[in-house]
Amino acid sequence: MYGNTHLTEEEAKRLNVTDEDPEKLAAFEAKIDRGEKIEPGEWMPKEYRKQLLRMIEQHAHSEIVGALPEGTWITRAPNFRRKLALIAKVQDEVGHGQMLYSAAETLGKTREEMLNDLMNGKSKYSNVFNYPANTWADIAVIGFLVDAAAIVNQTINSKGSYGPYCRALERICYEEAFHLKQGHDNFVYLATGTPHQRAMLQEAMNRWYRPLIHFFGPPDRNSKHSEKLMKWKVKLASNDAMRNQFLDMYVSKIQEVGITLPDPNLHKNADGIWEFSDPDWDEFKRVSGGDGPCNKERLEVRRYAEMAHRWVREALMNPSDKYKIPLA
Amino acid sequence: MNKEAIKELLYKMGDDALIIGHRNSEWTGIGPLLEEDLAFASMAQDKVGHAQALYQISHEVLGDKDPDTIAFQRTEKEFKCCQLVELPIGEYDFSLVRHFLFDHAELIRYEMLTASSFKPLAQLAKKVKGEIKYHVMHADSFLKQLAKGTEESHARMQAALNFAMPFAYGIFEKSEYEDVLIKEGIFGGEEMLREKWLEKISAVVTAAGLTMPQVADSKIVYGGRKGYHSKFLEPLLDEMTEVTRTDPGAEW
Repeated sequence: MYGNTHLTEEEAKRLNVTDEDPEKLAAFEAKIDRGEKIEPGEWMPKEYRKQLLRMIEQHAHSEIVGALPEGTWITRAPNFRRKLALIAKVQDEVGHGQMLYSAAETLGKTREEMLNDLMNGKSKYSNVFNYPANTWADIAVIGFLVDAAAIVNQTINSKGSYGPYCRALERICYEEAFHLKQGHDNFVYLATGTPHQRAMLQEAMNRWYRPLIHFFGPPDRNSKHSEKLMKWKVKLASNDAMRNQFLDMYVSKIQEVGITLPDPNLHKNADGIWEFSDPDWDEFKRVSGGDGPCNKERLEVRRYAEMAHRWVREALMNPSDKYKIPLA
Repeated sequence: MNKEAIKELLYKMGDDALIIGHRNSEWTGIGPLLEEDLAFASMAQDKVGHAQALYQISHEVLGDKDPDTIAFQRTEKEFKCCQLVELPIGEYDFSLVRHFLFDHAELIRYEMLTASSFKPLAQLAKKVKGEIKYHVMHADSFLKQLAKGTEESHARMQAALNFAMPFAYGIFEKSEYEDVLIKEGIFGGEEMLREKWLEKISAVVTAAGLTMPQVADSKIVYGGRKGYHSKFLEPLLDEMTEVTRTDPGAEW
């Protein structure tokens, strides 16, 4: 599950300057214009490589960090059906992480380097996973709506220009579609259940509304994504466009089972654009900057997993093995 | 056929599977490498599924309650799992060695059960043994690699083996229906299983360059099959039933 990538002002500026060989650049851009995929080992602009790597890496981190809030509910799932579905679902997320690290490795950075950058805070993951999963109803909201939001984003990105990322995304979307189904089933069960279950779901929905609005990144008016990323098909739709698509597809599905959204200003205007109250973009910034309710805990768990088991990885490593960039 | 004896067998096997499945699932997200998160989550799904299938037989054939009720609404004392499966996941060395010791016993148990005179169990056994074969392959492969890896990994494997072995012998604790099960051809018995198991794991342990720990009879941890459990089972069951207890009678 993953939200969206966005650039800081500095990064956006850097993107627009290029010292690449104009001939190679023209051939590269023509290839993308023709709708062909760029494959590992082919020539690509430095910034293209860098931005893609950043994006795939963030996506991979989001998958494995995203496994944590849901993972803690596997042991508490209330019956066999939910338990089996949840283990399978969280396992899929870790598997997506594995696939995406491999896709990112084709751009020249090892999984170890990426995990180190996750732990030292250099590379980010989706903000949404810095919020806690307090009750079983959170599992319904995450499984249904966070996965739904991720599908919106990933389906669009799977039409991008980099072959290995697109192929990984296609497989991921296929699996996420099942996650959404089990999430929706859980959501409907609680919404149509006992008063206790309904109250629990409403409470969870109230907490997740804002992180879900944040999920697609800052509004276009504040987001510095350059024309170039669009031209290179690294980014395919704007944050606002994706957010709008998500609201269009899911607000009615939430409301039709009697669950409300905690925003009196949420409505669709005559142009088909969803309006909503200011979701406090400062909070978004604070949480991406490391100061969210669970940032510290998530990274500590990750560090524990890495540090406590270094001996396993060392023992499995053959000293004569050399790192080679995988082809795809 | 003796229904009580069959139910006892189904419960102890089901409880073992459910509890080790619970423990294995705790690795999802925190394993030593992503591939191991995936492996332990896969095995957890299989085990939890085996538990469900065994309780389902009790439900369908013996007129017992449904699998969810059996799993989520019994007291600690009513569980018949061995204490090996109850222990916390600890570090990866213990979890791996437990998985190695337990799954070798599971594979042989299900192989023996394919010949059971109790047909529903014989049928299930044919399917399940095919799954556990892969659990055993995973355990053997990692045990060997880590035993032959570094000095530290070797020492950890040996220490984990020494620690886990007295609990592992507890798998074969006989229930009060042992003789009936053997006489009626339902199951070949714990003693036969233990012999086959010892032969099998000794070979793997030795080939991995580790030493088989000698365990005195007095050190074997029994009790689980009679409802006497380690201090870890009750908190595990509390956690497992945390959601259902908030609204008893609700459908989830």
